[in-house]
Amino acid sequence: METLRSDELNIIVCIKQVPDTSNVDINKETNTLIRNGIGSTINPFDVYAVEEGLKIKEKLGGNLTTISMGIKSAEKQLKETTALGVDNTVLLNDKLFAGSDTLATAYILSMGIKKLKTYDLIICGKQAIDGDTGHIGPSLAEKLNIPHLTCVKKIEEFNEKFLICQRMTENGYDVVKMYLPALITVVKDINKPRFPTLKGKMKARNSASTIWDAYDILANREKCGLIGSPTKVLTTYIPKRKSKVEFINGTPKEQAQKLLDKLRISKK
Amino acid sequence: MKKENNHDDKYYHVWILVDYNLGVISSVTYELLGVGRYLADKLGVKLGAVGLGFNIENKTIDLIKYGADIVYIIDDKNYEKFNDEIYSESYFRLIEMYKPEIILIGATIYGRSMAPKIASMLNTGLTADCTGLDIDLETKNLIQIRPAFGGNLMATIICPYKRPQIATVRPKVMKAKKVDTSRKGKVIKPKINININSKLVIIDCVKTLSEVVNLSEAEVIVSVGRGIEKKENLILIEELAKVLGAAIGASRAVVDSGWIGYEHQIGQTGITVSPKLYIACGISGAVQHLIGMSSANKIVAINKDPEAEIFQIADIGIVGDINEFIPELIRIYKA
Ligand SMILES: Cc1cc2nc3c(=O)[nH]c(=O)nc-3n(C[C@H](O)[C@H](O)[C@H](O)COP(=O)(O)OP(=O)(O)OC[C@H]3O[C@@H](n4cnc5c(N)ncnc54)[C@H](O)[C@@H]3O)c2cc1C
Ligand SMILES: Nc1ncnc2c1ncn2[C@@H]1O[C@H](COP(=O)(O)O)[C@@H](O)[C@H]1O
Repeated sequence: METLRSDELNIIVCIKQVPDTSNVDINKETNTLIRNGIGSTINPFDVYAVEEGLKIKEKLGGNLTTISMGIKSAEKQLKETTALGVDNTVLLNDKLFAGSDTLATAYILSMGIKKLKTYDLIICGKQAIDGDTGHIGPSLAEKLNIPHLTCVKKIEEFNEKFLICQRMTENGYDVVKMYLPALITVVKDINKPRFPTLKGKMKARNSASTIWDAYDILANREKCGLIGSPTKVLTTYIPKRKSKVEFINGTPKEQAQKLLDKLRISKK
Repeated sequence: MKKENNHDDKYYHVWILVDYNLGVISSVTYELLGVGRYLADKLGVKLGAVGLGFNIENKTIDLIKYGADIVYIIDDKNYEKFNDEIYSESYFRLIEMYKPEIILIGATIYGRSMAPKIASMLNTGLTADCTGLDIDLETKNLIQIRPAFGGNLMATIICPYKRPQIATVRPKVMKAKKVDTSRKGKVIKPKINININSKLVIIDCVKTLSEVVNLSEAEVIVSVGRGIEKKENLILIEELAKVLGAAIGASRAVVDSGWIGYEHQIGQTGITVSPKLYIACGISGAVQHLIGMSSANKIVAINKDPEAEIFQIADIGIVGDINEFIPELIRIYKA
C-alpha cells in the first residue's frame, strides 16, 4: 500500500498493543499485578474505535485503515482488525521509536498518517490502559493541524463536510459539530463491537501489514524515541499497599452500627 | 544521574489553569491552587491562576483567597462554553506571552482534552494524573509522581530540558488550602487576538446526571455490582447514596446489564475516581474494576463471599448480603 485515494472517504483508526489485563492476577502478598505470561491485546478502547470506523464505512463506503506504532508483534493486533473488516493495516516500527513518550508517539503517528496522504476522520481510543494518559488523540490532532474531540459517546450525524458528536462530560454530554478532517477519541458507550467472522479470519491469515520505518515516513530522528521525548522516567516503584482488611462481624444490624462507628460518620 | 540545568531560564512562576464549566469554577481549581502554592513557595516564585470564561470576574477574589498571587482573567462571551480549540489556542497564547515555568491543569474531561493539545503546540512534556508533585531545588525540575498500570506501578517523571513543565491532576487528589481572606493579589486582564472561526461549534451542553454530586468530584461513592441481583434493587443503593450525600458508581457488569448508564461505570473502561470513601456493594473486585478505584482513601466492601477479591484491597470488609445489610445501614444512619 502506498497512499490513500482522495476521491473516497478515508478513516484511520489508531490502535495500540497493550498487556492483556484479563490475564493478570493480584499477588496477595504485595497486592500488585502478576502478569501471566506474555499476553498482549489490542487496547480495549481501540476496539470501540475500530467498530465505529467499520460502522461509518458500512454506511458511507470508503476505506478503513488501522495504524499502530509499536514492536513487530503488534502486527498481530493489526491482523485482528483485518479479520473484522479493516481494509489496510500499517505498522510503524523502528528501533528509533523505542522509548517514545506521548509527544514523540504523536509525532511519529502524524508522520505515518501524512504518508497515507489523505483522510477524513481519525479515531483513537479514549486512553490506553497501560499508560492511561489519553494524550495521543489531542496531541496527534495538533501535529496534523486538525480539530479534535475526546470522549465521544455517539456520532449523531456524519457527512463529507462535518460530523456532529456527543462528547461525554462529568455531568452529561455536549453536542458538538466538528468540520472534517478531524480526530475523535471514543468511549465504550459508543457501540457494541462485533466479533470476527470465519471469512474475516481467513482473510487476516493471508494478509500482511505495511511496515514503515523512520526513513519511510520521513521522521526526524531528533523527534523520535528517547531523544525526542521531553519527559523522562526517573524511577519506578511498586507502591506500598495499605494494611490488611479489617472484617466486621455480627448480625447485619451490628455490622451496620459498627461500620458507622468506625467511619465516624454521624448524621449531619 | 548528572544534574544539569540546561532548560530555558526565561520561564518563571507557577500557573494553574482555572477549571471552568458553564459558570462554575470546579473544586479541582482550588486543589490545584493548594499544591501550586507549595511549589511556588519552594521555588520562591509567584503563583498565577489563569482563567477563561464568561461572567467570572467576580470569582477572581476566591482564587486569591485560596492562594493565587496573580489572577489572569479573560472574560469574554467566546469562552462561555468550552470549545477545545478556542480554549487551547488562547491558553497557548497566554503561555507564550508570560512564560510560566510550571503549569498545572485539572484532569477533568475538558482539561484532559486541552492539556495534550497545548503541550503539543509547545512541544513540551506533559505528565498525566499526577498524585505527587514536588520541586528538585538543584535543577528546578518538577518532580511528578504518577500511577501506571492502574496504580500497580508508580513512576517518577521529570521534564528536564523543556519548559514549561505541564502536569494534570485529578480532582480530589490534592488538598485545597484553607481560605485566607486577608490575602491580597493582583488581577491582570490580558488582551489576546485569537481566531474565533473555530472548526468546532458547541451546539448544546446537556446535563443528564440527576445527582447533585458528580462522580469524579464526589467525596463519597456508593458503588454497585452484580450482587445487587436485579435492577429494582437499585433503589436501595440510590437511597444509601442519598442519605450519605454520595455519588453512585457501578461495575461494568451492572452497566452492561443495562441497569444503569455508562456514565457511572468505574474501572479500566470507565472512569477513575479517588474519593475519600468508596463503598463497594456486591462487587467481586475484578482487576479491571480495581484499577478505577484503588486510590480511594478508604474502601469499604460488602460482599457475601468472604473470598471475594475486593477484600484484598478493602480497608473494612463486611461479609453479608447487601439486601439485608444496606437497609440496616440506612435505618441506623437515619435514626
Ligand atoms: C477489557 C476489559 C475491560 C473491563 N473494564 C471494566 C471496568 O471498567 N469496570 C468494571 O467494573 N469492570 C470491567 N471489566 C469487567 C470485569 O472483569 C468484571 O467482569 C466486572 O467488574 C464484574 O462486575 P461485578 O463485580 O459487579 O460482578 P461479579 O463479578 O458477578 O460479582 C458480583 C459479586 O457480588 C457478590 N454478591 C452476589 N450477591 C450478593 C448479595 N446479595 N450480597 C452481597 N454480595 C453479593 C458476589 O459474591 C460477587 O463477588 C472489564 C473486563 C475486560 C475484559
Ligand atoms: N503506539 C500507538 N500506536 C497507535 N495508536 C496509539 C499508540 N498509542 C496510543 N495510541 C492511540 O491513542 C489512544 C490513547 O492512548 P494514550 O494517549 O496512550 O492513552 C489509544 O486508544 C490509541 O487509539
